[in-house]
Amino acid sequence: MTARPTSDNAVYGVALNFRAELEHLKPQMRGDPYKKPPIAPILYIKPRNTWTAHGAAISIPADVEHLKMAGTLGVVIGRTACRVPARDALAYVGGYTVVNDVSVPHESYYRPAIRQRCRDGFCAIGDRGVLSKPDQIQIRILINDEMLCSANTRDLVRPVKRLIADVTEFMTLRPGDILLVGEPPDAPLARAGDRVRVEISGLAPLENRVVTEGRRS
Amino acid sequence: MKHARVAYAGAVHDATEHKGHVRLTDGRILKEDAVVWLPPVRAGTLFALGLNYADHAKELAFKPPSEPLVFLKGPQTICGHCGQTRRPSGVKYMHYECELAVVIGKTARRVTKREAYGCVAGYTVANDYAIRDYLENYYRPNLRVKSRDGATPLGPWLVDAADVADPMNLHLRTLVNGKVTQEGSTRDMIFDIPALIEYLSGFMTLQPGDLILTGTPEGLAGVKVGDEVITEIEGIGRLKNTIVGDREFHITKAS
Repeated sequence: MTARPTSDNAVYGVALNFRAELEHLKPQMRGDPYKKPPIAPILYIKPRNTWTAHGAAISIPADVEHLKMAGTLGVVIGRTACRVPARDALAYVGGYTVVNDVSVPHESYYRPAIRQRCRDGFCAIGDRGVLSKPDQIQIRILINDEMLCSANTRDLVRPVKRLIADVTEFMTLRPGDILLVGEPPDAPLARAGDRVRVEISGLAPLENRVVTEGRRS
Repeated sequence: MKHARVAYAGAVHDATEHKGHVRLTDGRILKEDAVVWLPPVRAGTLFALGLNYADHAKELAFKPPSEPLVFLKGPQTICGHCGQTRRPSGVKYMHYECELAVVIGKTARRVTKREAYGCVAGYTVANDYAIRDYLENYYRPNLRVKSRDGATPLGPWLVDAADVADPMNLHLRTLVNGKVTQEGSTRDMIFDIPALIEYLSGFMTLQPGDLILTGTPEGLAGVKVGDEVITEIEGIGRLKNTIVGDREFHITKAS
């Protein structure tokens, strides 16, 4: 069964939540415009126009050459979670799904990257499944059957339960909401014509094709 | 016409305005304070604008942006008229922002400025509270500042677009405990409503129920627990909210 949420739900992503991604930006974090390293999780929203399914085509906008394919783990909330302590957080999880968090590659994390992250079809969501150890899972991203990226959730700055605690401290998560754990370091780029597959052991793989905007077949 | 969603006598109702009162679809006519006000629309994607009034950008020591500064908010941040918004203890600066909210009525993709008003269902009032203590320079303004539970009052009414002759010429003001603290006009927006719809629909599809909070003029001021905050827009509505503290939520630890 698809983990795609209803219109009343929200999908939240977290930037720089893999240690290598955070380390990569660290030298710049004392200067402008960041001034200091982040304190809270760097959250963004994948709005409903971005949600798409396994098998659907992902359109590459006419003004862009490549898209970043940040295959990742989606945590599907099962029970309303408000100010949940980390030690209890996994009890609020209803399941997991594979997500391809697509974006137009961008360097700056200063302003919300709406134009880069929120285009139609930029969040492919797979089937809902169960995982026993969400903090030790391998994510693999393949383009045209070639494995280009492999990451493990043990390398998260904030593991799943810490993420749920820090988010629900100020934002209630509701059943069906999805929290994406982060973009794997060196997530690959894809261009029109590419086939992108995201794999997580224990969950149904997610596959999508990248097409030129306007051509959906 | 002005539309609302209210709870009354154990059920949720659609309602319309009737001579200053609330008329339920079933005919019952009630006083404003007899009902529980829900947000007037079931919001889809919630867009908000930063620095969209030249005077406000100056107030915050920013140059007016050359491209709209858009950010998104989660659905759980919305609350209705006469609602409560939490001010966490230990916070130094929480402020209101009176904003005209545009409700999208039609699917919109690559809509030009000329066609933009055709996609608007109507207008309502929003109070886009911010807690500046949590501001960080990553995807600023970040969700911890702007997307907090119940921190975006919306309502009371959704006013049909046909009943608003010129949405770009409306007086806005905020009153804290009865005293006017913020005043402006929608005519001073940097990016007006058609420009915002053209911009957003230029790279993504807008859908019925999506909301655009169009930014706030100068005149920010801090609010504290117990304050009654009214954000008001000429012809659209008068939205009341009360600031409450951690005690109401049984929160004992400062965060």
